[in-house]
Amino acid sequence: MERTLLHGIRVADFTWAWAGPYGTMLLALMGAEVIKIESSSRLDHTRVRSLAAGPGFVGPDHAWIFNELNLNKLSINLDLSQPKAVELAKKLVKVCDVAVQNFRAGVMDRLGLGYSSLKEVKPDIIMLSSSAVGGTGPERQYVGFAPTFSALGGLAYLTGFPDGPPIPVMGSADLRSATTAVFAILAAIYHRAVTGEGQHIDMSSRETITALIGESILEYAMNQRSPSRQGNRDEAMAPHNCYPCRGENKWVSIAVDTEEEWQALCQVMGNPHWAEEERFSDAYARWHNQEELDRLIAEWTIDYTHYEVMERLQKVNVAAVPSFRGNELFNDPHLKERGFSEVVEHPLMGKRTVVGPPWKLSSTPARVSRHSPLLGEHNHYVFGELLGLSEEEVERLVEEKVIY
Amino acid sequence: MAQTALAGVKVLEYAQMVSGPYCSKLLADLGAEVIKIEEPGVGDEARRREPFPNDIPHPEKSGLFLYLNSNKLGITLNLQTTTGRAIFEELIKGTDVLIEDNRPSAMKELRMDYESLAEVNPRLIMASITPFGQTGPYRDYKAYPLNSYHGSGSASILADIVPGEIERPVKGGGYLGDYDSGLCAAAAVVGALYRRLFTGVGQHIDVSKQEALLSLERVEIGRYAMGDSRSTVSVQRMVGGLHRCKDGYVVITIPMQHQWEALAKLIGKPEWIKEESYKDEFARAAHAEELNARIGEWMINHTKDESYHRGQELSCPIGAISTAEELLNSEQLKARDFFMEVDHPKIGRVKFPAAPYRFSKTPWRLERPAPLLGEHNEEIYRRRLGYTKEDLVRMRAAGTI
Repeated sequence: MERTLLHGIRVADFTWAWAGPYGTMLLALMGAEVIKIESSSRLDHTRVRSLAAGPGFVGPDHAWIFNELNLNKLSINLDLSQPKAVELAKKLVKVCDVAVQNFRAGVMDRLGLGYSSLKEVKPDIIMLSSSAVGGTGPERQYVGFAPTFSALGGLAYLTGFPDGPPIPVMGSADLRSATTAVFAILAAIYHRAVTGEGQHIDMSSRETITALIGESILEYAMNQRSPSRQGNRDEAMAPHNCYPCRGENKWVSIAVDTEEEWQALCQVMGNPHWAEEERFSDAYARWHNQEELDRLIAEWTIDYTHYEVMERLQKVNVAAVPSFRGNELFNDPHLKERGFSEVVEHPLMGKRTVVGPPWKLSSTPARVSRHSPLLGEHNHYVFGELLGLSEEEVERLVEEKVIY
Repeated sequence: MAQTALAGVKVLEYAQMVSGPYCSKLLADLGAEVIKIEEPGVGDEARRREPFPNDIPHPEKSGLFLYLNSNKLGITLNLQTTTGRAIFEELIKGTDVLIEDNRPSAMKELRMDYESLAEVNPRLIMASITPFGQTGPYRDYKAYPLNSYHGSGSASILADIVPGEIERPVKGGGYLGDYDSGLCAAAAVVGALYRRLFTGVGQHIDVSKQEALLSLERVEIGRYAMGDSRSTVSVQRMVGGLHRCKDGYVVITIPMQHQWEALAKLIGKPEWIKEESYKDEFARAAHAEELNARIGEWMINHTKDESYHRGQELSCPIGAISTAEELLNSEQLKARDFFMEVDHPKIGRVKFPAAPYRFSKTPWRLERPAPLLGEHNEEIYRRRLGYTKEDLVRMRAAGTI
């Protein structure tokens, strides 16, 4: 059997929406066996009809957003509002290494599945609880989604143009929170492997965002000034922006730091007269006159495709990269050669092209090994093989709507 | 003292600015010993980046450098010299993890690529965080954080969030994309450390910033993959979204029925709950413009804090678009001790973010501020590698350290 990074690690996945599921999916891409605990009585909201899913939505097993965030996982049904289901969930945790949940703070405790309960059945369990603002503090009951995390995390205020509105970063804020969770879980797994000790991790999604803008906090701490939106600009570099290219809505990003880079850029632009003017004569002058500088560079870029600008400037060691749109990524020769996307065959949705793992590991590659599970697809394996229930017992639990 | 999760792990960092240093900072904060290598006399580029106290640039006073390099040891070493590389090899022998962000071709020329270093230390885990990864036609292309952000497709997605309001793609605030790449790499590094407990051998982790970033937009990009060129965010026409308040903005996200009802109550429109034409998300989206106008009327007459707290009391997911000042003053963040005070010999005492996770057994801790340039040369070269005082004088004169 092919060895993976997390071979032998089993995860009880109580998560839903985006921030929780992407984290456990990363663990599954690394080779952990991730069992998602779901229920028809409370479907993951990426399995239901929604604006985000689009008008073509058919049903919970046809949900493409769910597929994007739950690849490689197994799924069982359990209606956790029933005591018998809670007991089964605990039985499952007993054979798991990690439990992950992202309900509102306190919900798991009320269900009887809080850390203290899980620890009773599995003393070295690692549990991560991810919530909007954390499990402690006066606002612990507050709820949120990715855009509110980016708002409360301080990122939205910093994103956008100086004369425009702040941009609340959407779904990717959840995926940032998820990546942070995975780092924390893996550190706990490492610690447990060395010491035998499990633990609970309380994570706040809005704090995961603030951690990614640390220097803006220091700006206030040092100078009592809150930094604000700078568009594509930099504090010292100019030119530093994205420029229009030939074609509809095509842009290239160019950033110049050193004098050599500036000279090389000028040369590729054909040494225009304006570039020799005093207002662009050194880095400081260029930064102060960057609005005019940007306008002049845009007059040059507009005659070329974004690829042409990249190729010509990279040849002379100037940082120029197209501002790709999503559809262009799939045809880019570099990304194609690296194989950043994979095709996964879903039993109901057919072939889906999905983005692969974010790392390339030389000896234990992370990979997409299966489609997202159908609801309850692995009831037989989990309740029967893993937990040792007889077929009759499982049938009875289905009738009682415990397995539901 | 409480134990740390990564106690005993030895990390060497040969990286600058944000991605690589953030990756090893995450490891250092959980107890790994990180030795940061900087170029003699010059140091990490981040030392020359804002913020500085009173806006006076000083290589030992950068807030960016302080945040990204706390808990590390710092040495200077010139890897362009033969002696420098010999010392580097000695260091590699006792290293578990190398974090680096240099051009793949440059690492190969210096015989510091994974294959060469694995010969010296087969247990080595090496994470290379570069703009386009270790393979493919762009692998040696140059990209600053701006270029990486745009090259991932993420900048055009950000522009789609506020259609009509901005006319060109825009990067995420600050160094967002570079932090993301460092975080992404850190997860893989700890995974590889775990794996190594069983196999005894290391491996190479290739992180392309372009891919680390585009992975975070996998849902948006997945939509494009299936031939739907409309962006989710721009076709959503969601009720709620960004709204202006008396003193700034809030964002409202109400995909679920009870959340919509909470919003209706908050703005004094409980009759909306029974209104047939607003019965579900699709029905409401058809009336997004008029609904958002009414929501906007209420919001503009309230402060963002009023909207946030009163909304949240009704379980309506509202978030205040917050400034750094507001974060530092947040009661919630204070109650969670999210900001930690660091005492730096040149900067003095300042607060910065601790960590977003609270481990019950192995807490995040702050042991030391970011190193001064070459601060730990004596400790590492003399006490660790056994060089004499005279060796150090000669190496300093030769520009090796």
